[in-house]
Amino acid sequence: MTKEYKTITEISGPLIFVEKTEPVGYNELVEIRTGGELKRGQVLDTSDEIVVIQVFEGTGGLSKDSAVSFTGDVIKMPLSPGIVGRVLSGSGRPRDGGPEIVPEVLRDIAGAAINPASREKPRAFIQTGISTIDGTNTLVRGQKLPIFSGAGLPHNDVALQIARQAKALGEAESFAVIFCAMGITNEEAQHFLADFERTGALERAVVFLNLADDPAVERILTPRLGLTTAEYLAFDLDMHVLIIYTDMTNYCESLRQMGAAREEVPGRRGYPGYMYTDLAIQYERAGIIRGKKGSITQFPILTMPGDDITHPIPDLSGYITEGQIIISRELHRKGIYPPVDIRPSLSRLMNSGIGKGHTREDHRAVSDQLYAYYAEGNDLRGLAAIVGKEALSERDKLVLEFADKFEKRFVNQGRDEDRSIFDTLQIGWDLLADLPEAMLTRVDDKYIKQYHPKYASAAKKAE
Amino acid sequence: MEVGKVKRVAGPLVQAIGLKASMYDLVLVGEEGLMSEVIGISGNKHIIQVYEDTGGVRPGEPVKETGAPLVAQLGPGILTQIYDGIQRPLPKLAEMSGDFISRGLFVDGIDHKKKWEFKPTAKKGDALKPGQAFGEVQEQLLINHKIMVPPKMKGGAIKEIYGGNFTVDETVCVLEDGTELTMMHKWPVRQARPVAEKLAPTIPLRTGQRVVDGFFSLAKGGTAAIPGGFGTGKTVMQQTLSKWADVDIVIYVGCGERGNEMADLLHEFPELQDPRTGRPLMERSIVYANTSNMPVAAREASIYTGMTTAEYYRDMGYDCLMTADSTSRWAEAMREMGSRLEEMPGEEGYPAYLGARLADFYERAGRAAVLNGGQGSVSIVGAVSPAGGDFTEPVTQNTLRMVKVFWALDSKLTQRRHFPSINWLDSYSLYDQTLEPWFVENVSPNWNKNKRRAMAILQENAELEEIVMLVGSDALPEDQQITLEVARMIINFWLAQSAFHPVDTFAPYKKQFDLLEAILKYRDLAFDAVQKGIPVAQITSVPSKDALAKVRLEAEYEPILAKVMAQMEAEFKALK
Ligand SMILES: Nc1ncnc2c1ncn2[C@@H]1O[C@H](COP(=O)(O)OP(=O)(O)OP(=O)(O)O)[C@@H](O)[C@H]1O
Ligand SMILES: [Mg+2]
Repeated sequence: MTKEYKTITEISGPLIFVEKTEPVGYNELVEIRTGGELKRGQVLDTSDEIVVIQVFEGTGGLSKDSAVSFTGDVIKMPLSPGIVGRVLSGSGRPRDGGPEIVPEVLRDIAGAAINPASREKPRAFIQTGISTIDGTNTLVRGQKLPIFSGAGLPHNDVALQIARQAKALGEAESFAVIFCAMGITNEEAQHFLADFERTGALERAVVFLNLADDPAVERILTPRLGLTTAEYLAFDLDMHVLIIYTDMTNYCESLRQMGAAREEVPGRRGYPGYMYTDLAIQYERAGIIRGKKGSITQFPILTMPGDDITHPIPDLSGYITEGQIIISRELHRKGIYPPVDIRPSLSRLMNSGIGKGHTREDHRAVSDQLYAYYAEGNDLRGLAAIVGKEALSERDKLVLEFADKFEKRFVNQGRDEDRSIFDTLQIGWDLLADLPEAMLTRVDDKYIKQYHPKYASAAKKAE
Repeated sequence: MEVGKVKRVAGPLVQAIGLKASMYDLVLVGEEGLMSEVIGISGNKHIIQVYEDTGGVRPGEPVKETGAPLVAQLGPGILTQIYDGIQRPLPKLAEMSGDFISRGLFVDGIDHKKKWEFKPTAKKGDALKPGQAFGEVQEQLLINHKIMVPPKMKGGAIKEIYGGNFTVDETVCVLEDGTELTMMHKWPVRQARPVAEKLAPTIPLRTGQRVVDGFFSLAKGGTAAIPGGFGTGKTVMQQTLSKWADVDIVIYVGCGERGNEMADLLHEFPELQDPRTGRPLMERSIVYANTSNMPVAAREASIYTGMTTAEYYRDMGYDCLMTADSTSRWAEAMREMGSRLEEMPGEEGYPAYLGARLADFYERAGRAAVLNGGQGSVSIVGAVSPAGGDFTEPVTQNTLRMVKVFWALDSKLTQRRHFPSINWLDSYSLYDQTLEPWFVENVSPNWNKNKRRAMAILQENAELEEIVMLVGSDALPEDQQITLEVARMIINFWLAQSAFHPVDTFAPYKKQFDLLEAILKYRDLAFDAVQKGIPVAQITSVPSKDALAKVRLEAEYEPILAKVMAQMEAEFKALK
């Protein structure tokens, strides 16, 4: 029987301070009983004199009489194959009326770092059916590719479309999906759940819900629970796991709140100095391990406060993740879906997942050429607005038109439109074909001869 | 050795009592003996940073002294290794604890069981000075590992010296005073290894990157910083330099960055052939992978561990390149430890000694006459990851005070997929003047002239572009329209260089020079044509100009370039 202490000396925000305890371990799981309620917490600072505990379910209802007991162990997640299909709370308790998870294994949710020497290089192309991703910002298995968005933009729809459509080429197997909600509204959560149910995805999903009215501190647990589950499914049960968590901005706000409660020296804009490391510990739990069949691919979603990409949350995330998909308010206003702005978007692992043997040999060249003229066309819009379109040179006019067509035909697609990579490349070529061939400076002649609609159709006729 | 007690644990920081350890001594914390370092002493309390996760550590647990600071083990067997920040070989850790790194593991930096063939290069009676070599080991097919007297030892006359197969712990040489020398010694990582004399940086470090070699060149033994927001190309540049730089040894320090990047590198380096020798790059590389999710204290140490091994190979007379990705993560590790120590923070929460630490680090670079005689060098390329991509932040600013080369990455170029995204107007190299004679002598008398012409064109281009934004390019005088076109050629055909194109990823000096010369030739022909009253549209649409764009993608480019240039002359002659 673990000992109970009624020696709380202070309650401050999400923290409680307890004195005169036995030696307590750093990061240890703590149980606090008040009335009939059980809350859980974690040790943040431990010494002979005082122990500081963060309480996940919030300190509301706690008093100096509350009983604190130390479990002697760090926080562990109960796991078994039966977890697939379950809806759990942000702290891992059943939320679907079902029974508690009967554990086959218990795993430390802090998650040890994958040994870099044990990692396998990710390079299996994942087709999402979305041209701006597959064509120009290709996703590979084991990648962490966040969506940077803004309030009121359709990032959830994009995430859902990816979850629905993502598949490896030539393979029937699909992903197990883990969905972690942190501080999103009930309505948003229902949107996700309804879609999972409609498509049958729920059967191969694990859902963790921390909603806007759930305790903020609990959000610190949610991604850790989700990722611990992901590691179990991927590396114990050989599954390919796609984990979506939203909204990382709420998670970071919770970190900031904790930091403030502990009176820490803040880093940039009030966020803790260790936020980079904390985020990295979550994001780095993506990847593939040599000799194991499963994989973890991450899609964190975050809303940029004030649409500002230099804000610490997107900034630090961008420095850790392997690229980012940027949802643009401007494209959204133009009625384009998915409103992905490819210019600041990036997939860093694209190179290893495209080309011969993955997608198609001309993929890189087509992508580069599309980028170059879309970016240039965008710049020219500014100029055209000042000097008028007529004052532009012939070449510039072509480039300007290219940018418009690119948005309408390549970027824009239906919410249920699942384009194959070859469809995507074809659209790319059709757009490039409207430019004089000499302007295709980034494409090798041999690809032009093979894939340029002018030659491709001639070749077809000859056959 | 004393055994103390844990008083307090908060994250990676532990306070202990009952120790006598000195500052920076290594201590072992808790029942599991977690590797840690003393970073503060206040009254009877020792403040300790732990290189491993501290979850579960309790007050009252023991803290054991080791009596020594954090050291690197130096001897044969370092090359090809993949270490964490405190020189533990990662594959060994994987053998011991599986795919996830667990705690309390001790592993030697080099293999103590392996036998190496030691060949004496000195004989009985020879007097050895500190740092002097007395034997060698063929560590890799092409790397001869010199066994030197540790620089801090006083040396003396050789009493006995044995050739043959030995482990690094076995004595291979005995001095008159009884000192026994082995093939390994230890060196405290935070201390610079001594040299006989620092030398001026007069030899360029060839990188095969046109924007670097051609515009902002680095010297052997020089220092460069490559700051840029996320995704602007720091890592790709550092990996590209590691692949192609004409150095003997590459030390790649992944300091607080991505696991998948390290996987990529570890996948590629063993397969990548050194163009000069045909041998895999890995044979002359040392990789440190302390990724962002690994403990911050070990991240802080990784820079020093990496530097110590770089200096060690320099001392053998090798040219070494150390890349650190990213020094900002190192600085943040300092900030994190500093704030947990409740130190008075300086700018943006960084410790007040940030500048001093950066200075100490970059000062360890240099070309030098080494103690063993001969020369060696350590060049440093440090990535900087400024918050919000804003170069006014403290790490960038403190770094710029130290380094001589500044490759400013520009996210506007990145968005255009112009790589390397090094801004040609903001970047600089302070080695410019000192390296000019070398290029004149070894590549072309016109190297520097062409470089200055090209830079002037780009400068003028920047001014013209501002006008174009207001009135459009057609409103410019014809010669200025040509300048815009030539600038576009320099930017797209010459400065842009894909790291992933099998040929273009590396350009020899001669090719760099020839391509730029060709573009400048076009410029001269174009200006002549304008003089003759030929319309700009005709001048800019000569087919040879587009053909020139693709010459850089050819390995055997010379005949192709000659043909394109002949065509160009003919086309210009035909213009009316
Ligand atoms: N020289 C290059 N040639 C071709 N592509 C490049 C080059 N440099 C960078 N890129 C592209 O830019 C992407 C980002 O580059 P990189 O990973 O080096 O950025 P970074 O500056 O290290 O970012 P972070 O600070 O987030 O680590 C690469 O994945 C690659 O697609
Ligand atoms: Mg990088």
